[in-house]
Amino acid sequence: MAARHRHRIPIVAPFLQQMGEVAMLMGRTIRDTFRRPFEGRIFLQQLESIGVRSLSVVSLTAAFGGLVFGLQTYTGFHKYVGPGTEVYSGPIISVGLCKELIPLLVALMVAGRVGSSIAAEIGTMKITEQIDALASLGANPNRYLVVPRTLAAVIMVPVLTLYGDMIGIFCGFFYNIVGMGVNRIVYIRNALLYFNFWDVCVGLIKALVFGFVIATVGCWQGMKAEGGAEGVGRATTRSVVVGSICVLILNFFLSKGLPK
Amino acid sequence: MIRIADLHKSFGPKKVLQGVNLEVGEGETMVVIGQSGSGKSVLLKHIIGMLKPDRGQIFIDDIEITGLREDALQGVLKKFGMLFQGAALFDSLTVGENVAFGLRRYTKHTKKEIEEIVSDSLAKVGLRGVEDLMPHELSGGMKKRVGLARAISYKPQIILYDEPSTGIDPIRADSINDLINQMKRDLCVTSVVITHDMVSCYKVADRIAMLYDGVIIEVGTPAEIQATRNPVVQQFISGRAGGPITDW
Repeated sequence: MAARHRHRIPIVAPFLQQMGEVAMLMGRTIRDTFRRPFEGRIFLQQLESIGVRSLSVVSLTAAFGGLVFGLQTYTGFHKYVGPGTEVYSGPIISVGLCKELIPLLVALMVAGRVGSSIAAEIGTMKITEQIDALASLGANPNRYLVVPRTLAAVIMVPVLTLYGDMIGIFCGFFYNIVGMGVNRIVYIRNALLYFNFWDVCVGLIKALVFGFVIATVGCWQGMKAEGGAEGVGRATTRSVVVGSICVLILNFFLSKGLPK
Repeated sequence: MIRIADLHKSFGPKKVLQGVNLEVGEGETMVVIGQSGSGKSVLLKHIIGMLKPDRGQIFIDDIEITGLREDALQGVLKKFGMLFQGAALFDSLTVGENVAFGLRRYTKHTKKEIEEIVSDSLAKVGLRGVEDLMPHELSGGMKKRVGLARAISYKPQIILYDEPSTGIDPIRADSINDLINQMKRDLCVTSVVITHDMVSCYKVADRIAMLYDGVIIEVGTPAEIQATRNPVVQQFISGRAGGPITDW
């Protein structure tokens, strides 16, 4: 029994230590967001890097997400409920995309594209002593590197999600109406009847949390990088894996916890 | 003036500094020598407040910095300029923006004044017309000189040099040594130089301190160090593999 405990502690202790490090970084980031000076130029660069440069990948993901969701919903209604009931797929597609699929797909795309790039950039700065240089020149590394990236992610991931919602809903509509000849008027009427503003808000709240977590994990992995190019590579990979897993776990608990 | 008293620092089980005591006088160039991995850079990072010691104190002009809060430490940091081993230029900024970085944070100069100081600082290290280049367009020696221009741009009272001659050819290394002496002459700065290059050491040092086994084992002028009877120091400065230092 004692031996089993001895084996457990080495696994549990580093895990708890890492969770503690992330929590402390999150706390410092929230605190430093309200402290001056605010690095406005870097914040704008990050808005562009995280938001504008993710538009193409989000467009593609949302478009095919919408199409496949439209296809499966049409097939489900047609096959299991009966021909003619496909007109009810409108609200299911809209609610499903806005609350679940688009926030998740956008977050996973951002974790892959942005989380990795944040970890690689900060990791390279760490191993080439640029972070030490920042501190020696009067710039708080957390305020200079972490705050602008996290704030930009918290703003841009919901914006991308909203953009993805529109593309996904349009593609679902396109598949059903143009591709499969579903009655356009009834499809839209049903969609508007059952789909409400809160469904969009749930997706946006999730996106905000995902953005915060992805950026924090990327920054944390970058700050921890050591051991040259190999260390930066490890930090980059970990930021994607840990960020994506956190997004998937959080998605369940947010879906469960947020008001329906 | 810099005063280090009984400084201890460990990383996990590895004890790096085990009671370092050292004083650097105003306007003096102190060179700290020691083997690779002996804790020289760790000592430098403690002096500039980047690392917190496990025990001990560091006084900068009689202000104890180890317990200072972030805002107060920023005030002390203005006194420091630091040349990093690999220059540590910011990849995403131009040479001009790199040199202006500390000026923008530590001073209230106008944009025009900053541009003039940047050109002036670059000219001091023998570089002209490179403001718009990116760091990746520079050679290793040029990077070091830009790093030095960045460190001196806001006229610090203390400059820390972390292995200034490492990774560059002997001629460029000698030009860096000349620059260190020139900074001392022109700006009357206090300098701490970390190196294991003895040629560079003798050229720039007013005094030399040897860090070994986590403590300073010998301090003296270059002549005193060369004449020392301490076998560890003798082995190190003569670059012999045989002797009391065996962990290499």
